[in-house]
Amino acid sequence: MDREWFEGRVIGLLDELLGAALRLAKNRHDAEDLVAETVTKAWANRRSLKDAERFRPWIFRILTNAFLSECRKRAARPTADVAVDDAGETDASFSLFEELHQPFLLWWSNPEKEFLNKLLREDLERAVDALPETFRTVVVLAELEGLAYGEIAGILGVPVGTVRSRLARARGQLQKALWVHAQEAGLTRPARKPVEVSHEASEDDRV
Amino acid sequence: MKPVKTIGCDEALKHLLEYLDQELGAAKHREVEHHIEVCRSCFSRTEFEQRLKNRLRDAGRESSGESFEERIKTLLRRF
Repeated sequence: MDREWFEGRVIGLLDELLGAALRLAKNRHDAEDLVAETVTKAWANRRSLKDAERFRPWIFRILTNAFLSECRKRAARPTADVAVDDAGETDASFSLFEELHQPFLLWWSNPEKEFLNKLLREDLERAVDALPETFRTVVVLAELEGLAYGEIAGILGVPVGTVRSRLARARGQLQKALWVHAQEAGLTRPARKPVEVSHEASEDDRV
Repeated sequence: MKPVKTIGCDEALKHLLEYLDQELGAAKHREVEHHIEVCRSCFSRTEFEQRLKNRLRDAGRESSGESFEERIKTLLRRF
């Protein structure tokens, strides 16, 4: 791997690396330091990249490990993360779509679409940042960076099944946070009840 | 090719996010895909989840800006 090739790949991925680092570290200053540390470590360990086609997951693995190692050093892991694999089971089944969807509305009205149109990037960032670190990491790797479950399992050193279950619960929590925010910010319309048809005879019907 | 097994909404929704992540085996992927093609409700749900995924993906890009790019280039020149 020559330096020029390495530089081209790093600069090409810089916005993605910084985006992932920002969601992991949650502030720009630490995120920039994390990317700089990642680039330094990647160059130092460049011989460990056996297949140049795998550069992207390889450098994201380095970024994630640098972040997790920094967390351990600072002992900054939130205590809620300790038993995270046993927690949040009910969140996995939460569906934002089910909350928004109003099947009795006329076909041209689409509250799900309206919600997504009103949703700001900062709403999504806030919801991701609010996740416990273990869930946030898996969301960053799967949703923001689009890595395969197998690649994420390799990065985190856990079985693929653990990635699946963490991701399901993380997505549920994320959607629940977006739903709560949507209600607070008035991004959803109040559920309209279907028109009730009275089967009782009105005064006028009575002859 | 074997005919696609017909599945219901519950089964399709159970696998929907893995379907969107391209993480299902070929047979299960075809089953979910076939169900979405014929079920209006699950089609709407799929469209919503895909759009939400796209929005999240967009949120994963942060403009590095000239000064940070320069910092990284300076670092790279030292290698």
